[in-house]
Amino acid sequence: MLDRRELCAAVLKDRGDLLVVAGLGASAWDITAIGDTPANFPLWGGMGGAVMIGLGLALAQPDKPVLVITGDGEMLMGVGALATIAHQAPRNLSILVQDNEHYSETGGQQTATRHGTDLVVMAEGAGIKRTQRIASLEDAAKFRDVVHAKGGPIFALAKIEAKNLPLVLPPREGAILQARMREHLLGPSAHLA
Amino acid sequence: MESAPAATADWPDRIYDLLKRYDIRQVALVPDAGHARLIRRCLADNDLRVVTCTTEEEGVALMQGAWLGGQRSILLMQSSGVGNCINMLSLGTIHRCPMPMLVTMRGDFGEFNPAQIPMGQATQATLEAMGTIVHRADTEADLLPTIEATLKLAFNTFRPTATLIGQRLLGAKTFGKD
Repeated sequence: MLDRRELCAAVLKDRGDLLVVAGLGASAWDITAIGDTPANFPLWGGMGGAVMIGLGLALAQPDKPVLVITGDGEMLMGVGALATIAHQAPRNLSILVQDNEHYSETGGQQTATRHGTDLVVMAEGAGIKRTQRIASLEDAAKFRDVVHAKGGPIFALAKIEAKNLPLVLPPREGAILQARMREHLLGPSAHLA
Repeated sequence: MESAPAATADWPDRIYDLLKRYDIRQVALVPDAGHARLIRRCLADNDLRVVTCTTEEEGVALMQGAWLGGQRSILLMQSSGVGNCINMLSLGTIHRCPMPMLVTMRGDFGEFNPAQIPMGQATQATLEAMGTIVHRADTEADLLPTIEATLKLAFNTFRPTATLIGQRLLGAKTFGKD
């Protein structure tokens, strides 16, 4: 079982032009703990939508690698989107599910992955051709290289320890989170669109 | 046969022209017969990415991602799909993201199927409750100006907007009982 912040640090190493969408809750705190940047889009809501936001972003920016980092609860809520992503199959879209088998933000209730649901099998069943189980930081480094090589779409899952780490909160104003990524990608003209 | 305009009605082609004029690049949809001709036009256009979703809320999230990356998008759906979008529409409000939607109505003028009534009658209230500016088009003369206003409001004022295309215009599905 991996430490979620060590996992994120390994995947975000030398991130270059990588764009990151993080599901609400712990995944958003994780990417912020590694380093907040305009290339991060941490979610405060829209549960179940993280991978579809990643899809829209990946289709709009086909030359840039896009990584969605989210939890098992958030992924389960929008799991049908894996079929939509398999159909569109953008090479620059990668998904990392940090699976702690719990809803850690709401009191640690167990998710279905605690009871036999396997999101990697579900991704494969949805038609996503490339999947990976990450069991070590070496695996995470290999996944990082696939992300940057735009060898996707790839769905990766890491079992992580179910413990609550210190909160590291990103900006809470959504208009700023959106505008800063648009300016990062499009320059000041983003605000004149 | 779903509720759908006559095969000779060419207003779907004019909606397509409008989407091109407003530089829409991603079209999210869950299919509806009322949108079938428009969907065919979009699929035939290599500059438009058609994303067929398993549920309509995926389309709302897709619009958020497209705008983040600098592309304009739209969501096409039937009125029953609006209920599937409710919480995801918060994305448009919290980030101030343009989210235009074209909704073909069921449970509306002359509906035959009782199951369509609850969501059809709640469609406008549901969208408005989530901060969407809603216009209705019930005649062909109203349709294009209304959709254009929906696009302008979305992209000029950064919010979810919708045109509801009424069954009076689309024709009601009758299961052969008319």
